[in-house]
Amino acid sequence: MVKKISEVAFRDTPEQAARFEKVIAENKHDKSRLMAVMQEAQDIYGYLPSEIQIRIAEGMDVPAEKVYGVATFYAQFALSPKGKYAISVCLGTACYVKGSQQVLDKICETLGIEPGSCTADAKFSLDACRCVGACGLAPVMMINDEVYGRLSPDDVEGILAKYE
Amino acid sequence: MADVNIKINGRDFAVPAGSTILDACRLCGIRIPTLCFMREINEIGACRICMVEVKGARSLVAACVFPVNEGMEIFTNTPKVIESRKTTLKLILSTHNKTCLQCVRSGSCELQKLCQEYGIENEDEFAGAVPNTHVDDTAVHMIRDNSKCVLCRRCVAVCDKNQGCAVIGPNNRGFDTEIGCNFNLDLASVACISCGQCINVCPTGALHERDDTQKVFDAINDPEKIVLVQTAPSVRVGLGEEFGNPIGTIVTGKMVSAIRALGVDKVFDTNFAADLTIMEEATEFIRRYTQKDNLPMFTSCSPGWIKFIEYYHPDMLPHLSSCKSPQGMFGATAKTYYAQKIGVDPKNIYVVSVMPCSAKKFEAQRPEMSAAEGCPDIDVVLTVRELARMIRKAGIMFNELPDGEFDAPFGLGSGAGTIFGATGGVMEAALRTAYEVLTGEELKELEFTDVRGTQGIKEATYNIAGNEIKVAVCSGTANADKLVRMIKSGEKNYDFVEIMACPGGCVNGGGQPIQPAYVRNNVDIRAVRAAALYRDDENLPVRKSHENPDIKAVYAEFFGEPGGEKSEEILHTHYTPRTRYTVK
Repeated sequence: MVKKISEVAFRDTPEQAARFEKVIAENKHDKSRLMAVMQEAQDIYGYLPSEIQIRIAEGMDVPAEKVYGVATFYAQFALSPKGKYAISVCLGTACYVKGSQQVLDKICETLGIEPGSCTADAKFSLDACRCVGACGLAPVMMINDEVYGRLSPDDVEGILAKYE
Repeated sequence: MADVNIKINGRDFAVPAGSTILDACRLCGIRIPTLCFMREINEIGACRICMVEVKGARSLVAACVFPVNEGMEIFTNTPKVIESRKTTLKLILSTHNKTCLQCVRSGSCELQKLCQEYGIENEDEFAGAVPNTHVDDTAVHMIRDNSKCVLCRRCVAVCDKNQGCAVIGPNNRGFDTEIGCNFNLDLASVACISCGQCINVCPTGALHERDDTQKVFDAINDPEKIVLVQTAPSVRVGLGEEFGNPIGTIVTGKMVSAIRALGVDKVFDTNFAADLTIMEEATEFIRRYTQKDNLPMFTSCSPGWIKFIEYYHPDMLPHLSSCKSPQGMFGATAKTYYAQKIGVDPKNIYVVSVMPCSAKKFEAQRPEMSAAEGCPDIDVVLTVRELARMIRKAGIMFNELPDGEFDAPFGLGSGAGTIFGATGGVMEAALRTAYEVLTGEELKELEFTDVRGTQGIKEATYNIAGNEIKVAVCSGTANADKLVRMIKSGEKNYDFVEIMACPGGCVNGGGQPIQPAYVRNNVDIRAVRAAALYRDDENLPVRKSHENPDIKAVYAEFFGEPGGEKSEEILHTHYTPRTRYTVK
């Protein structure tokens, strides 16, 4: 799946910036630490904003395209922030055969975003995930820590409305 | 290194230990096909075309990266090997945009050639989903069409390792993998220096120069326009290859005749402008050296290098010579001095540059490159490949043409101008002139051999009129980056530094004829083409820029003196600091 770059404007707090600069300072002399730095940056910001990828590139003296190439290669790197409400729809085998793709499609349609991205107001983010361990309830999705099971596409709007 | 004994297809051979199977087989007269392999910079075993059978091995192995060892038995053309290569080709074709008839690389495409060699009888055997790709035509100099990309990463390797830019690389993963720029920006929005080295190594039509040939045909057919063509020093050593001549064939006379046969009004020699550049640059250097003004002074002939320093080391811009490149000096002189001389409005003069370079296309559209009010110095830039395309389209039988002569008054170029095409040439040309200006004596030994050759960074110190002048010559912007960083840190200090963006200089420019990987991996085309230019220099009657009678005339009639007010205004330029990264 091609990752979509966030349209949410990047903002950071002085604390985040200070933590990030420390990570760069500790690793800048060893380019092989690039992935570790990217992981730590993601821990700090929750995702890898373009601005931060550029600062990693400059700080580590590696081209930004390399940072972006790594960020788009590994599934664990996110280019979009998590929303206030993070939705994950399970596309594991059991959920998939029970129609979770249709549920996911319905959410995409309702929110106007693609999996791996976040609404412009940073309220909802959407991800497809693999098994959440609730196959008996298939198809399943989670919103933050709340689990919703035995879903049909028709349930989507009602559930999302609870978070408005 | 000691030899090891191996068997290839049942025959015994001794080959150097440590060789790859690919190199060992080549030594024994067997060519193994490759697609992704580029010696030293892209030895990644990714494309799986070079697979061979090794006795005892669990599966086929990639010959380009697998080393030979004592007693190894290799089979290069068993049914299993052939079947594997065919399957790989058919899988590549399954996502390839097979519009071969309209493809600029039809006939020179390495994928097409492999398909012919292996007799691919059904190109759609694995037809199915194709990745989403788009054509990036935002850059002035080139087009990127990922629908023809085979993901060999040769372009990525040259951009990173030779040029130190790494503006393109593999993004995404698996089926979605695509070569692109950071944040999926287009090429015009990233710090691409337009050098075109990626085009030269692309095996297919995924990367190609922007074709400007129609503009030139239109200008030729416009009765209002006086079409002047200038040909850069290393075009004469590249063009012949497009018509089947061996690498390193000088075709100056046929080139002039062919361009004339296209119907242009005048054919001039950029070597003249290279001499003009030396007059200005040597004068500038002597002044800056005496005043210790921003030393080292960097040469400014290579537009790829200019873009590189603007993006990557903008703080060093004051070190650049203010001289326009020879192409720029020619255009500026044509639209001022020549327009005046022949009594024509410069707007009706159409200057076509034939260049071994794609970055010259970018340079030509810089707003500051305009000496005559409202006119660009250069109207259009053609690469050597585009000129060859025009010659073929016009039905001109290149190899049968008689040798023509350049037109006056910009038809004479010195040997110093000719060697601009090879790394070290500008330095040598400048030294030939600077020596005589500074000492007032005749230079007996014209060859400055320390600055010749294809090494990435060369250094020398010359004692001229009691001054120890420290020079460096560098080609390939990855080397330039290294050198500039050493200068910044104080580790190195020089007075005068020549830098060419392309490894080996213009002879290996991004607009030169494309040689396939199996040639590039085995022949140093930079050295062969450069050697031809140095031979050309030796055979020319005038070998120093300041002795060129056309140069003397243009100063006497128009510019006055090198570095004078008029030449400062027309022949010199300024630069723009640029930001390397843009946020998306």
